[in-house]
Amino acid sequence: MEHHLLKYLREEILPTTHCPGCGCGQVLNAFVNAIDTLRIDPRGIISVTGIGCSSWIPSPYFKGDTLHTTHGRAIAFATGVKVIRPDSNVVVIAGDGDLAGIGGNHLIHAARRNVGLTVYLVNNYIYGMTGGQVSPTTPFGVVTSTTPYTNAEYPLKIAELVAAAGANYVARWTTYHIRKLIASMEEALQTKGFAFIEIVSQCPVAYGRRVGLRDGVAFMEYFKENSVSVRKSKTMSEEELEGKIVVGRLARRERVEFTESLRKIIEEQRTGTGA
Amino acid sequence: MKADPAGVLAGAHYLDGDFACGEGAMAAGCRFVGGYPITPSTEVVERMSRRFPMMGGIFIQMEDELASMAAVVGASWTGTKSMTVTSGPGFSLMMENIGLGAMMETPCVVVNVQRGGPSTGLPTMVGQADVMQARWGSHGDYELIALSPQSPQEAFDLTITAFNLSEIYRVPVMFMLDECVGHMTEKVVIPKAEDIEIVPRRLTKKPPGEFFPYRVNGNSVPEFARAGDGYRFHTTGLTHDERGYPVMSADCQEVCVKRLLDKINDNADDIIMLEEEDIDGADVVVIAFGITARVARMGIELAAKKGIKIGFIRMITLWPFPEKRIRELAGKIKAFVVPEINYGQMVLEVERCAGGKAATVSVPHGGGGVHDPDVIRDAIVGAAK
Ligand SMILES: Cc1ncc(C[n+]2csc(CCOP(=O)(O)OP(=O)(O)O)c2C)c(N)n1
Repeated sequence: MEHHLLKYLREEILPTTHCPGCGCGQVLNAFVNAIDTLRIDPRGIISVTGIGCSSWIPSPYFKGDTLHTTHGRAIAFATGVKVIRPDSNVVVIAGDGDLAGIGGNHLIHAARRNVGLTVYLVNNYIYGMTGGQVSPTTPFGVVTSTTPYTNAEYPLKIAELVAAAGANYVARWTTYHIRKLIASMEEALQTKGFAFIEIVSQCPVAYGRRVGLRDGVAFMEYFKENSVSVRKSKTMSEEELEGKIVVGRLARRERVEFTESLRKIIEEQRTGTGA
Repeated sequence: MKADPAGVLAGAHYLDGDFACGEGAMAAGCRFVGGYPITPSTEVVERMSRRFPMMGGIFIQMEDELASMAAVVGASWTGTKSMTVTSGPGFSLMMENIGLGAMMETPCVVVNVQRGGPSTGLPTMVGQADVMQARWGSHGDYELIALSPQSPQEAFDLTITAFNLSEIYRVPVMFMLDECVGHMTEKVVIPKAEDIEIVPRRLTKKPPGEFFPYRVNGNSVPEFARAGDGYRFHTTGLTHDERGYPVMSADCQEVCVKRLLDKINDNADDIIMLEEEDIDGADVVVIAFGITARVARMGIELAAKKGIKIGFIRMITLWPFPEKRIRELAGKIKAFVVPEINYGQMVLEVERCAGGKAATVSVPHGGGGVHDPDVIRDAIVGAAK
């Protein structure tokens, strides 16, 4: 019997190109589980992706409209889509290099505008597709192919940044917390306004081998042992939080969504009731 | 199809080129603009952001020009006519996503009100030095269309043409004003909506299961499906097959890229607009575009007093280049004279097409002003010798 979630995938181009042990498959699995639970018609999902392994989670495998754009610009592209199709679920999936590095400015401003996108940032701590270069989320002191004598930079707390920028929904989970991740993905999909989840994921091939985590299982154990809840993190000092992954919901607001504000202005000007 | 009256400010107006361009866009049916302020182009979006709500249009001031161009390509994939507006520095930032637009075959218009460059250059003063960038600015092989208006009236008329061409050929169209045309104020007559012909998006009539985003069926331009309509299609900046799926191979590259070139080159005769004067029997032909075309006419008048037979070609279409016409003329005349506000860009194309059969004389100007007509006269006189 065919798997009940296969209908969401473009079977004709499976299997995916992802490496053994990669977290991208788990994220794809979680994503289709979330839309299946919510009974969202995939014809109403427009996914926009950047460049990188993580962008290949929906592009081209997810069977909705999938638009595979340029490195870092998926959110800007998706903004153009969303304001014209406010009733579609416009979903952006991309990596830490894509969304927090080269496209970081778009991420901040989309959160500030509170445009109704659902953004899943897959943070594998590394530039995976290009073969393991340092990323804005790579921890201090780690050896990568472009920091051969260890990384001298500090990692960006990207979810906290997006929360500060004004997004309506922000959370962080790992691929170990798969059920919580699915529930969170559902919340994000149902959020009006900008919704963002940092999904801490594993890249055994380009990152794991640098830090002694050689396969997916080793990563699951690592995520399990090193995650602390948002609630618990509030009782911990900065030193105690060093190297920990704070998981859970970081922001929930009800600010009016950008497209809604735009439409309201259009309506007021058309009917002569506005400023 | 006729224009939507909501976007058409019919009547006689006194407008500058930037405003006229904005009016042309609205008349053409443009309903999304993503842009970032930059002199001397900002008036276009200031006008549009004020008038847009009345016709249901959306302007977003994006965080930069990378975002502007990306949002424009995104908006166009919903079927909405989309445009961005910029000048040199912003044009440079847009290049990667102009290439994406070309690769995904996205109708859209990019307005560049040219100022002096390079870098920040002369923000408030004229230049025409982005014409090669318009053609070659993004990486890889692709073809697109670029137009150059010489007056506010043309800024209006040709903006509509730019949108129409972008729809017919599914390419980004570069609308290359220069600061002089952008900031000069003249009479602009805007026709009634029923007298404005516009080209709508060519949407597929096929049902979702039978639609392939890049299948052409003898035509060189594929049909379009809008994002959100349930087609569940894939499109990408990667080399792709007719399903839109990425295929990393030399064979697929050949098919995919070759068609991007062919769809413009094979239709070059239909696309190219030239204005020709006194070509028959001419010894020297002056070729110019934008504000320089108007200045060149003065130079021609001065040189004609010396009894020289001078023809004139005004290039309205910069790209694709009027290769065939230049080749034809090269065997018949002595020389081409090419004044332009740069250090010799379009003249390179003229020289290439002349193929040594006629001399080519560049009349450069570094920018910040227009040519002294006497300089053009002297170049013509020199070329006629
Ligand atoms: C403008 C541009 N610069 C660089 C690249 C090369 N490049 C492709 S993917 C990538 C990084 C991918 O890293 P990330 O976004 O973290 O995604 P991952 O592959 O790890 O999922 C880079 C630098 C590109 N495609 N475009």
